[in-house]
Amino acid sequence: MKEKRRKHLLNLGLWTWSWVATLAIATFGPQLIWDDHTLLTTIAIVTNLANGVLMIMANRKLFNHFDELERKIHLESMALTLGLAVIVGLTYSLLDQTNLIPYDAEIGTLVGFIGVTYIITLLVNRIKYR
Amino acid sequence: MGKNHKKLLNNLKKLRKTAGLTQQELSVNAEVSRKSINAIENGIYVPSTVLALKISRTLDCKVEDIFELPD
Amino acid sequence: MKNKVRELRKLKGLTQEQLAEVIGVSRQTINAIEKEKFDPSLPTAFKMARLFELSIEDFFLFEDSK
Repeated sequence: MKEKRRKHLLNLGLWTWSWVATLAIATFGPQLIWDDHTLLTTIAIVTNLANGVLMIMANRKLFNHFDELERKIHLESMALTLGLAVIVGLTYSLLDQTNLIPYDAEIGTLVGFIGVTYIITLLVNRIKYR
Repeated sequence: MGKNHKKLLNNLKKLRKTAGLTQQELSVNAEVSRKSINAIENGIYVPSTVLALKISRTLDCKVEDIFELPD
Repeated sequence: MKNKVRELRKLKGLTQEQLAEVIGVSRQTINAIEKEKFDPSLPTAFKMARLFELSIEDFFLFEDSK
């Protein structure tokens, strides 16, 4: 069971890193590497998207490997994270629209918020069920 | 786990009818929705241990009489 | 839900780790069940009943809410 888990975790880790790498290439490539070539930019974006799908599949495999308590912990954390992401995301958008913040709202900030929230809720739920 | 989980079998429908209860009546006694009872009878939904205990108490039998985990 | 898993596990001379291995869950899950923080799924309860040679209602007892 532990060996299988290591395999699933390694798999997810590899796909996550390659997703981050292809995201970085698709983000900075057009300016820094290939000077706005449309075809190359399209290829980079599609590669990143396909990589993202594979990352989700690896995540699903890990999730199916989880036992009942681990699934409950993750599902509770996801529910909280989703709720907060919607509420905080829309508040953030409102702050931008009404010019209460002096800069533009970036989707990256929201993604970062989702990641941090998920990690925190996971930790809290782990402690709750310890 | 997950996919290699062996399916849990049950003969809830038969036992419920033997007890002369409708899905609605059983669901009220076991404190769940009628849809849950229906999903359990159709083998779509595996109830929690608590719910299984409540159902077995309502039908006045053991959990093992209703459900079976194949080897 | 109350349960007697810890008592029965010790009676069998098993550690949490060993019980987890036999049932096919993590040690944390066994611990959470023993502390009554988490109710196991029905398949898990069945596997425990088989191991302890008992009926599920012999070691999982829920308080009546009625």
